[in-house]
Parts: sequence; structure tokens; C-alpha cells
Amino acid sequence: MSKHTLSVLVENKPGVLARVSGLFSRRGFNIDSLAVGETEHPEISRITIVVNAEDSPLEQVTKQLNKLVNVLKIVELEPSASVQRELLLVKVRADRPQRSQVMETVQLFRARVVDVSPDALTIEATGTAEKLDALLRDLEPYGIKEMVQSGMVAIGRGSRSITAPVLRAAS
Amino acid sequence: MTKSSPSDHATPRPPTGAPSPLTVAAGVRPHPPATGGTATTAHPASASTTTSAAPVATSPSATGAATVAEPVTGAQSLVRSLEALGVQTVFGIPGGAILPAYDPLFDSRLRHILVRHEQGAGHAATGYAQATGKVGVCIATSGPGATNLVTPIADAYMDSVPIVAITGQVPRGAIGSDAFQEADIHGITLPITKHNYLVTNPDDLPRIMMEAFHLASTGRPGPVLVDIPKDVLQARTEFAWPPTMELPGYRPTLQPHGKQIREAAKLIAMSRRPVLYVGGGVLRAGATAALRQLAELTGAPVVTTLMARGAFPDSHRQHLGMPGMHGTVAAVYALQKADLLIALGSRFDDRVTGKLDSFAPGAAIIHADIDPAEIGKNRAADVPIVGDARYVIDELVVAVAAEHKAGHRADLGEWWLQLDEIRGRYPLGWEEPPDGTLAPQYVLKRLGEIAGPEAIYVAGVGQHQMWASQFISYENPGTWLNSGGLGTMGYAVPAAMGAKVGRPETVVWCVDGDGCFQMTNQELATCALENIPIKVAVINNGNLGMVRQWQTLFYGERYSNTDLGTHKHRIPDFVKLAEALGCIGLRCETASDVDSTINAAMAINDAPVVVDFVVGKDAMVWPMVAAGTSNDEIMFARGVRPAFEDDDDL
Repeated sequence: MSKHTLSVLVENKPGVLARVSGLFSRRGFNIDSLAVGETEHPEISRITIVVNAEDSPLEQVTKQLNKLVNVLKIVELEPSASVQRELLLVKVRADRPQRSQVMETVQLFRARVVDVSPDALTIEATGTAEKLDALLRDLEPYGIKEMVQSGMVAIGRGSRSITAPVLRAAS
Repeated sequence: MTKSSPSDHATPRPPTGAPSPLTVAAGVRPHPPATGGTATTAHPASASTTTSAAPVATSPSATGAATVAEPVTGAQSLVRSLEALGVQTVFGIPGGAILPAYDPLFDSRLRHILVRHEQGAGHAATGYAQATGKVGVCIATSGPGATNLVTPIADAYMDSVPIVAITGQVPRGAIGSDAFQEADIHGITLPITKHNYLVTNPDDLPRIMMEAFHLASTGRPGPVLVDIPKDVLQARTEFAWPPTMELPGYRPTLQPHGKQIREAAKLIAMSRRPVLYVGGGVLRAGATAALRQLAELTGAPVVTTLMARGAFPDSHRQHLGMPGMHGTVAAVYALQKADLLIALGSRFDDRVTGKLDSFAPGAAIIHADIDPAEIGKNRAADVPIVGDARYVIDELVVAVAAEHKAGHRADLGEWWLQLDEIRGRYPLGWEEPPDGTLAPQYVLKRLGEIAGPEAIYVAGVGQHQMWASQFISYENPGTWLNSGGLGTMGYAVPAAMGAKVGRPETVVWCVDGDGCFQMTNQELATCALENIPIKVAVINNGNLGMVRQWQTLFYGERYSNTDLGTHKHRIPDFVKLAEALGCIGLRCETASDVDSTINAAMAINDAPVVVDFVVGKDAMVWPMVAAGTSNDEIMFARGVRPAFEDDDDL
């Protein structure tokens, strides 16, 4: 099995996310990550789904997704031809003696400290899943008290927009 | 080779995205503009003053004043929309949340048929749709009313039947509060509808209703549910027709790709062992005349799946019958030995393919379907064709004819010699029961012969369904209705009711089992009161027959919970039950009485008739491919495996 990143453009209407995610579970697919938000056109939302699947079942689920009336377009984004990012917030144990070492790691990964308390730092980092994994590995020894991660968002490289043709077709 | 142009089609269909004739051509409100004769002619004159703000670019189907917004309630808007969509009949039961809609319905020219159970309303809508090709409509209230529609909606989804289900919902403010009779029917039906709606703004009702009918009836047809909160029905709004549909993500592909058609035609012309594997999509597309043309042009054998019985005449020499678990030996053999399957509106269902990896092992696959997700789902296609079966077949006819003209035409003589030999050696048939009981197969054979190929036959699910598909001869499309995909016991009586409402001049025979019949026979009361004189043949073997057959074959004849007592105790007594429901009850227990009983039932046209055919419990459906086994292991009869001596010449 291999990971695939699907960008799904949908009508920004109530219940659409349930239709999309329900279809995955119904057809026996596990979603690795999911992120959803409005696009530059408020009537269109964009769902980025990372799914672990062989090519042929992936084709089937893509076709089934395409049949959902509220789905406007599906594009698979290849890692090499797209920018893929996740967001991580992590609360790390960092009392006085540890703090400078933690800060060094933060700087190495070009992460940011967004909250400071006497015995902990909250760090914000964005990047690929691999980069965030590496950051977490480095922070692990200090003690991770809490963490939260977003789903991956991705956008194709170059000047082309995947939303523009959809809007043209709709109007 | 010429590329087919749109003018090749006798009746061109509207382009994708445009409302289908089904939904919208009929959608003109019947009454003329209330303002009198000026509405249409006054327009150019008034426009001469300045570019007036008069109603902009109304479509030709919109007649003048019909487009002017009128103040109405949500309920009135719903009923007016149904009228405007050309709906004539709806099946339903009122209840608290849907009650506002029943008030304007009282004054409407729509015929509302009050059923006894919402499941009956749903299957009736399905039967109506299958028999007429129009969208079937059912209505229920919130909560249990809506959940009772779940089975018929799932049934219509599996068999791609265009129905629209309208449900009441608790008021918007109460949604999510576990209010009385609240059920999230929108959420519940997400996986079993083509699309569904929860209406939150009464102004949206005309648009949503038009979209619902459009979605249900175009592309791959299917059920659409519209859930309407009670306060949306009560709210003030405006009604104007026609609304503008907003379906930017819905663009079914109707026209096949010319290159794929040419590719397919080449394979067809070259194939020495082709089979036309015809599914229900051909019936849905109204492509049966074109299919006959293609079949006769190619000379290829035809098999029609359970959903496609009637798509090609059973009497036609090229027809090998039904493939699949209880298909004919010849049809199954043809699929297994073919070098090319031309799959038209069929979906390689497990009941047809048997064990998938040994299905049609030597065949290349041309798979044409309007639903791209069906292509390659179960079996990879060598030539995938996405399109409406009618366009696909029309264009294949042109392209294959061109191949023939160019001198490309394989000889099918050898293939037909083999097929005819198998067909002759393994015909459909049965052995008379050794215990002297009435053979159910005989009943169905005679029923088909006496009622004839113009009648509509509606079957439940089980042995009687298989016998009805095997021993009645279907010559015309739309004469065989059954629950193929979901296998819904209880489908037959209400679906027959719906079919009879849609085609009142046609004789409608419901063929049911004693198990199925006990699930939905309450709709006979509806039939009796609403003057819907269907005829019901209960093939009563006292048992859940198909389950019992599996117990006989696979569970060591241990008959756990399959005896219904309809023989042993005659509970219920179907004749008395029929009479209690306002029908005429007849009983037949011997072969010598079969003809006279059927004739007696045929003579009654002013009331529903129920015939209790008391048949033997040991009759089994043959041939049979046991579930999960290969089609190659088809059994002609118990312990009789057909011998295919030419097995190895693939």
C-alpha cells in the first residue's frame, strides 16, 4: 500500500464532510489524515485527504467520490509536484536547565515558541510529516506533555489553479 | 467508418445538465396564465419602451404567469412543485411532522394513495417507476415513518430505480434534541441514496424538488430523499416555477467516447466467441430496440441478468437466458467459454460471476455503463465505455456495421454449434415431485402461458422469484419487476400495487412466496379500497423455501426455523386472509386445477385476487452455482454436473 494525497473540491454546504468521510469508511478505506477549509471562493471548500491504498482500490474510491453530487473535482497531488504541510503544536517539559537545549532544537527546525510557562514551552511547527516526526524525535527526551497535529494540507506547485476550471464549469 | 452524429438518434436526449424530459417537459403547469391571453404576447410590446425588467429569459417550458412568484406556505410550495413536475400519484401515510403537507394535498389533483405501512409506499413508488419509467414518489412522516422507508430506499438504490422519498422532520429548532418522532433520516440514508436533502429554507423547496427529480431520473437513476422540517412546511414563502437547478458537481456522461466505441467494434468484429452480457441498465435506458439491432447485427448470443429479463425476447433464437447462480447452463457456459464479453449496463454482480477469479477466464471485456464507478469495480475492463446504454448501443451498431463493411467479421458458426448443443442438452426443466405434490415450476409455467407476455410479473425474493424468472417467458421490457440487488422479501405486493397504478390497463401478477407474502400483504387492503386489482399468486410451500433449499444442500437437511406452518397448520389461511383484506381468495392444490384457477383469477377485474397455490416443499431451484464457487461448478440438478467435453479447447 502507498500513501496518496487527494485534493477534493466540494460545495461548501452542511453535511458534505460527512458524505465524504462516510464514503471512505463505507468502502473500507482508512483516512490517514483529513483537513478541510474554505478556498479563495467561499462557495467552494477543499478537503485534503491522505489515504493509504493500492492503486486500483484508490481508483474505485475516487470514482465513488466523484459520484457525490456535492463533489466538484478530485485531484491527486504527487509529493514531488506539490507542497505538503502539516501543523504541529507540542507542549514540551522545559525547566531552566533544559530550556536552552529545547530552544536550540526549535531553531534547528525553524519552529516557534508560542507559549512560555516556568516549566514548559509550547512549540509551533509546520512542515512535512517527516520533518515533524524528526522534530518530535528530538523533543522526546525532554518530555512531551501534550501534542496536537492538523491534517495535511497540500497545494500543487506552479501557477496553475485547480479551482479555476471548476468555477468556469459551474458558471 | 463514419462517426455517428447526433442525428443518428431517433430521439435525441437533452444535453447533460439540462432537465430531462421526464422531469421538466412534464413540468409545465397545466393551467394557463391567470392574467389571460396577454401574458405571452405583451412581452415584446412592453420591451419596446426600454429594456424592461420583465421576467428574464424564461425557458420555453415556462408558461407566462407560472413564473410569477406567489405567496404560499412551504407545504403549498411542495405540492405545487410536485404538480409542476408532472407527478400524478404519490404513495404515503400522514403523521405529525408531515401533516402540513397533507392539507394542500387534500385540494390537489395529485392522487395520494394511502398505504398501510411506509415500506409499502416505498416499494409501490419503485414498482410504479419500474413499470412506467417515471419517477415514483412516496411520502412519510418523521421518525418511524421515515425509518420504515429505509428498506425500500436501499432496495431502489441497489436496483437503480428513480424514486423520490419525501419525509417530514421535527421543526428546525428541535432537530438534534431527541424530540418526539425524531430520526436523522438524512444521515441514515446517506449511504443508500443517490443524493438527499434536509430542507432548511422554505424558499429552496421548488429548486430542491426539481433537483431531486432530475437526480433521480438522469444518469444512473436512483432514490433521492427530501427531508422537510415541519416549520419549513408551515413557513411563508414564495412559489415560482421553474426554479433554477444548482448542481455544479453533477454531470453524468451520456455520450460515449468515439475512440472507445471504435475499439469495441473492432473487438466485436474479431471475436469468435462473443457474448452480449445484458444488465438492467439497458432497460433503464430504454435501449431494448437498439439492443436487438446490435444482437442481430453481430449474431452474438445474448444473456439477460435477473435485472434485465424482458430486455431481449426470450423467444429469440440468440437468447440463452439468464446467467448466474440460478441461470441456464447455456448462459453460464457461454460466459465461461467466451473470448469476449460485451457487458451493457451490467455490473458483474457476485450472483452472476460466482467466484470472481474464475469468471469468464478467457474473455476480453468491453464494459459499458453510465456509472464510471462500475467499470473495473469487480472485473478489469479491456475497453471501458462510459455512457448511456442507448447512445452506446446505437453507436456500436454503426461502428460494427462499418467493421463488417470493411470485411472484418469473424465466423460464429463453431460457437453456435457448441452453444446449441449445450442448450439442447441442458434445457430448463424440473422433475415432478415424487410425493405427488404440485410442482411450483408448473404453476409458473402455466401462469406465464395463460397471462401472456403482455402482463407484468412482479416477484418477491426466493425460490418463487427464480422460478418466475426461469419459467415465465418475457418478451417485452418492463414486464418483469423484482428486487434483484437488495433481495427484499416483501417487495412484491406493494411493488405490484405501484405497477398497477402506473399501468392500470395491464394485467399485473404478483408472484410471491408464503414467507414474503406475510411481510407486506397488508397493502392488499390498500389495493381493495383504492381499486387496484392486482392478482397475487402465492407459491405456498409452507416454508422459507430458498433458505430450506440451502439447509437441504449445505446444512445436512437440518431445517432450523424455516417451517412457517402455512401448510401444517394453515396459519394463516391465505384464502380467508385475502377475504379479510377485501380481496377474492382462491386455492389450488393439484396440477389439474392450475389452468382453471388461473383463468378464474384472470376473469376477475374488479377486485384484487389472491391465489394460494399449495405446492410441494421439496422442490428446488436448478441449475445452481453454489455461493462462492466457480461458475464452472454449475449443477444442472442435484448431483448432476453438466459434462462439457470440449472443456479444454479454450
